[in-house]
Amino acid sequence: MNRIALVTGGSRGIGRAIALGLAADGCRVVVNYATSEDAAAAVAEEIRSGGGDAIAIQADVSNEGAVSDLIGKIDAAMGPVEVLVNNAGVTRDGLLARMRSDDWDRVMEVNLRSVFLCTKAVMRGMLKNRWGRIISIGSVSGLAGNPGQANYAASKAAIIGFTKSVAKEVGGRGITANVVAPGFIESDMTASLGEAALEAAASAASVGRLGRPEDVAAAVGYLAGEQAGFITGQVIVVDGGLTI
Amino acid sequence: MERAEIEAKFTQLLVSELGLDEAKINPEARFEEDLEVDSLGVVELLMALEDEFDVTIPDEEAENLATVRQAVELVVAKLAG
Repeated sequence: MNRIALVTGGSRGIGRAIALGLAADGCRVVVNYATSEDAAAAVAEEIRSGGGDAIAIQADVSNEGAVSDLIGKIDAAMGPVEVLVNNAGVTRDGLLARMRSDDWDRVMEVNLRSVFLCTKAVMRGMLKNRWGRIISIGSVSGLAGNPGQANYAASKAAIIGFTKSVAKEVGGRGITANVVAPGFIESDMTASLGEAALEAAASAASVGRLGRPEDVAAAVGYLAGEQAGFITGQVIVVDGGLTI
Repeated sequence: MERAEIEAKFTQLLVSELGLDEAKINPEARFEEDLEVDSLGVVELLMALEDEFDVTIPDEEAENLATVRQAVELVVAKLAG
């Protein structure tokens, strides 16, 4: 497909699988990372060694100046971003009664503010090209709620409202915006939940297992392609049937 | 840049970027009512103006832009520094 794709938080877990998947589909991929420099470089190298085109660029995507610099670097190195995957996210879990406002703010900054900043920053190029794909990674927590994740769930639910609004604003310009909402996926983020919780999550899913990052990447790859131009403002749940 | 040159380039942009009918474009034409440019179209026009004339138009200055003449005036003022 030869499109230029930016995957925020692309060094590990779901982001890594998305970066590799888009590269396999022919995209030229920017692997953004905040702190995992070696891991991001390894993802870019893996893509290049497979004959693809990729670069790793550091940026805290919750920071407006950093996002502006990031987009400037991508413009100079590759061109305007055509596929944006808002994947960067953190958890700061805790029961609401004990949740610190710092933990609320940080989750909102990284998970939600970054989506606003990055989507706004790539919009100029997409409007000009009359083509674009905005894919934001939500969560079943944002749909069903999850104890201990009031902050995380709120940030992921907010992404849905944001996405639907953007979809309505720019649909006429060939730009789609969608959310992919994973359930429990094997990654560093879910590893901290502990084995018992993950086993319970696996048996609660209709398909009887945890998801793999590649399961999420497949949905993102579909939405990023030419074939998905009539799908916008949607939430595609990738949870093995957990929430049905 | 001469004012006439700015006006000519501006008209070109309206035709090339927004697909407007050149015959309908005149200084008093209103973007939304007369030229049927939607609000996002006005935003796109501003972006095209910034690129074409290498100026920066802050959101607050763009807010009340309603007619072709107002937009040309804004560019003229920006280029005059």
